[in-house]
Amino acid sequence: MLKEVIISGFGGQGSLLIGQVLAMAGVVEDKNATYRPTYGFEKRGGIAFCDVILSDEEIGSPVVEEPEAVIIMDERSFKRFEPLVKKGGVMFYNTSLVTSKPSRDDIKYYEVPCNDMAQEMGSDKVANMIMLGAYIGYSKAVAMDSVEAGLKEKLGHGKEKAIPLNRKALEAGAAISNK
Amino acid sequence: MKKLMKGNEAFAEAAMQAGCRCYFGYPITPQNEVPEYISWRMRDLGGVFKQAESEVASVNMVYGSAAAGVRSMTSSSGLGIALMQEGITNLCSTEIPCVFLNVSRGGPGLGTIQCSQADYNQMTRGGGNGDYYLPTYAPATMQEACDLIQKAFDTADKYRNPVGVMVDATIGNMMESVDIVENKAPDPSIPDKKEWCLQGGQRPDGSFARVKGLFNVPAESEEFVEYLGRKYDKIEKNEVMVDITDCDDADVVIVAYGTTARIAKQTIKFGKEAGIKIGMVRPQTVWPFPYAETKKACSHAKGVLCAEMAIGQLLQDVKIALEGTKPITQYHRLSGVMPSAKDMFKLCEKIAKEGK
Repeated sequence: MLKEVIISGFGGQGSLLIGQVLAMAGVVEDKNATYRPTYGFEKRGGIAFCDVILSDEEIGSPVVEEPEAVIIMDERSFKRFEPLVKKGGVMFYNTSLVTSKPSRDDIKYYEVPCNDMAQEMGSDKVANMIMLGAYIGYSKAVAMDSVEAGLKEKLGHGKEKAIPLNRKALEAGAAISNK
Repeated sequence: MKKLMKGNEAFAEAAMQAGCRCYFGYPITPQNEVPEYISWRMRDLGGVFKQAESEVASVNMVYGSAAAGVRSMTSSSGLGIALMQEGITNLCSTEIPCVFLNVSRGGPGLGTIQCSQADYNQMTRGGGNGDYYLPTYAPATMQEACDLIQKAFDTADKYRNPVGVMVDATIGNMMESVDIVENKAPDPSIPDKKEWCLQGGQRPDGSFARVKGLFNVPAESEEFVEYLGRKYDKIEKNEVMVDITDCDDADVVIVAYGTTARIAKQTIKFGKEAGIKIGMVRPQTVWPFPYAETKKACSHAKGVLCAEMAIGQLLQDVKIALEGTKPITQYHRLSGVMPSAKDMFKLCEKIAKEGK
């Protein structure tokens, strides 16, 4: 098993958190995982992306040059990463914010209006988990319970009350790509 | 036990598990998680954490605590290490052991906050005055970084000299599973620090310890620097570390360290798929550099690819190692633009055919 994914958005959207939770979920399942973030000086608003690799074997390069999957949170990231997706790969993009239209016919696209969906659920903060759910629903890279375990570890003590809404968001995302 | 950790936090934990009980530092990206982690963790361990007012202050605080015999370290990025050079040469001249962690970012000047290997000359050639060397480890993975940080404390104590650990920002910022050795005992061959450290009062033989770096008599200074020279010869003889992979029948040998070497592993895989024999020499110490080992490993190759995130710093050492016997092709990406395994493979294909 080898899964390589790039997650990209602007700072503050929780794109890097998606990557961390995914890597943690991989480790919950005893997989090898690497998470490599890239971000700028800005606290919010700069481009922030990460590469995550999950593998049963030892991971060599932690850099994903040709992702089989990308998760796109904003317009700039769409333009930057659409050309890089491996032929036959898949792109999940946030239609709440992305205005560009898909331009390739050799990859698969999933439209995920994650900010609109999150607001309907009562908190814009879970938009990133909807996106992660969509990726999990499609790739089955890890089990949803492992994602929840990873998220619990990431959030730490005192934030357990946030788990049910995040789980709901993950499931809502998965429902989009499960079909 | 294996645990998913962020690189910088793992380095901090590894250092403390190797007995580091004094840390002084000043914030700088991309290593801020090191002091942040130590700031709360050191309290559990009964050590000292201090955010100094500058890098110059940090290095001199390290000078003080290390002179008192406490395992001490500071961490920074190349910009901060630049400010510490005076302290490093003083530490060498007074033979005070301590550890410097450099989580490198792009330069020169303020540069970028992303991954770079352009501090190679800074660590191996230094910017301080006088005859001194900073033995420096250059790990490629988080696990290796944790192991070598722990080893760095031993090497420092063994030779009574500061020791550097140079990682690029990628290793510092990424997350990966790591198994940190807990309560790592110091190497038993390390002489008793009481022989030299400043702890107040007399040494076992009744004399008083002192830290001395200034000489009034040239002949005395010459004698001391000659002694330092012999010490550095010993380090060059005993402490070289290098990882050599698949070089015996390789047509192309890649020389690379740190994250670039890790990316090059993918290039080697491409080679296996395409039937091109690619080997790798990965220096784990950059001073002392594995000159003889590199030359031997490359002896079968048609050509050598020197890959780094700098415009030709590692290249200088590769040239010294090969003594003009092999054509060298240089490949680099800079300032946070990552090296590409595919681009390196294209160069290897060409080298396998044409030698360069």
